[in-house]
Amino acid sequence: MDFGFTISKPRSIEPTEAGKEQLRLLEEQVPTFRRCMNCGGCTATCSAGHFINFNIRKVHNLYRWGQYKELDEELQKCMLCGKCTLVCPRGVNLRSLIIHLRKALNKDHLSNDFQHFIRNNNR
Amino acid sequence: MDGKIISIQVAIIGGGPAGIEAASILSRYGVQVSLFEGESKWAHNIGNKFKLFPDFSSADELVQTLSQKIVENQIPAYLSTKIVALEKQKNAWVLTDEQGRSYVADTVLLATGYDIFDAKRKEELGYGIYNGVMTSVDLEAMLKTGKITNVLGEQPQCVTFLQCVGSRDEKIGNHYCSKVCCVTAVKQAIEVKKMSPQTDVFVFYMDLRMWGQGFEELYREAQEKYSIRFVRGRISEAASTFDDRVQIKAEDTLVGQPLKMSTDLLVLMVGMEASCGTKKLAACCGIDGEYGFALSKQPHLADNQTAQRGLFVAGACKRPMSISDAINDARAAATEIVEYLKIVPANKK
Ligand SMILES: Cc1cc2nc3c(=O)[nH]c(=O)nc-3n(C[C@H](O)[C@H](O)[C@H](O)COP(=O)(O)OP(=O)(O)OC[C@H]3O[C@@H](n4cnc5c(N)ncnc54)[C@H](O)[C@@H]3O)c2cc1C
Ligand code: SF4
Ligand code: SF4
Ligand code: SF4
Repeated sequence: MDFGFTISKPRSIEPTEAGKEQLRLLEEQVPTFRRCMNCGGCTATCSAGHFINFNIRKVHNLYRWGQYKELDEELQKCMLCGKCTLVCPRGVNLRSLIIHLRKALNKDHLSNDFQHFIRNNNR
Repeated sequence: MDGKIISIQVAIIGGGPAGIEAASILSRYGVQVSLFEGESKWAHNIGNKFKLFPDFSSADELVQTLSQKIVENQIPAYLSTKIVALEKQKNAWVLTDEQGRSYVADTVLLATGYDIFDAKRKEELGYGIYNGVMTSVDLEAMLKTGKITNVLGEQPQCVTFLQCVGSRDEKIGNHYCSKVCCVTAVKQAIEVKKMSPQTDVFVFYMDLRMWGQGFEELYREAQEKYSIRFVRGRISEAASTFDDRVQIKAEDTLVGQPLKMSTDLLVLMVGMEASCGTKKLAACCGIDGEYGFALSKQPHLADNQTAQRGLFVAGACKRPMSISDAINDARAAATEIVEYLKIVPANKK
């Protein structure tokens, strides 16, 4: 999949109120997300990212700007191993973040197990 | 003063925190000092602020405390007395003010500080052209009123800060970092959120320099507690919208995509430049360094001395610095001056 750069399509980000509202919601569900300082530690350690083109830091940044296109598919690359959460210097609960992102982007992608996880890991 | 030449032991030029602190320390050591300030108020570069980093203490209170030091120590102090020339004649320094009065001093401390960068020089950012564009100092004035409003007098939906305006910019000839603006933006962003919690607040930065104690924690608090968004990228253009908001263009360099958004207020974090007085007086006596700041003799062991005997420097006239830096530097300068007066017999200076 082509994720990121295209020459032909202009991809200027133009934030919308709806997008801001989505972000507010996500920040309420995963308050630690606010603290991200974009160090890239999560991407560097990512189990999936070692084998395929997957940048979790970029994914959650695009979500911040309301750039949802192809994000749910992109997020399927994550194996929910939790390594990123272990290294994050700002204590962002990335695993929980990813699950909430998946949920917000496409509820169909969630198995019962994940829904259970969300219920029990609300922060 | 009526036409007479006044003779002084130590003349201190500049009544900001550095000049006032040096004057009060020296006078407590029994040194006879006089203090000259070009403006009609003491420490006007502090008085134009609302609350100060790192502790959100009141700027007005600091000005009061500093002014009190002048009174308590009975320091001969002259407001609205801008020194326009400084030259060495034999063993003394001759100061001349705007009105043509002269003062003769054994020793001089230059504490002439900084001026903010003139934001109009970055024309593409629209300061002085679009109503919604203001400087960090303009925002301090608004914060003093206790209310944040857009150009229509309403609560703003969005306030955006832009770092490094007039600093780190080859186009205007300032390669250096102004040191205080990063943390000032964090402080101001929090103040905006406190006064107007519904407002979205963005800070566009190139690097965030949280060098002081507690600064990094304040940045973290700005994100965590106030949901302030920090975006890495430089706003390179501002334009007006039909409803008198400001449209800005930047790149979020962390996602690698251009960004276009509108904001009610665009706050330019203007840098610190050598003040006119600093540029002029430092040049007068050959101690002008890069960018017009005053040049000390040596950065580690002689940072208050200069190439000229009997001429000392303290505070933001040397380089951008915070208030506590400036005050500590002034104390160091006072110590140097006391030493100097001790070892140089009065008739041989
Ligand atoms: C937007 C902004 C916000 C800031 N906020 C903070 C903060 O919250 N906390 C903090 O620690 N620092 C802050 N600072 C930095 C702070 O303003 C400086 O550290 C401090 O003012 C430096 O003190 P100073 O005495 O060296 O210089 P100045 O305060 O500039 O004082 C120099 C004085 O010399 C006078 N003068 C100049 N030329 C002449 C002349 N020829 N004759 C007579 N007098 C002359 C000037 O009028 C001036 O009063 C901020 C700076 C900016 C730009
Ligand atoms: S490791 Fe944490 S702070 Fe760093 S980019 Fe990832 S989420 Fe953000
Ligand atoms: S949880 Fe997902 S994003 Fe985090 S390290 Fe594992 S695979 Fe990568
Ligand atoms: S302190 Fe921050 S805003 Fe100011 S010039 Fe340096 S990097 Fe830029």
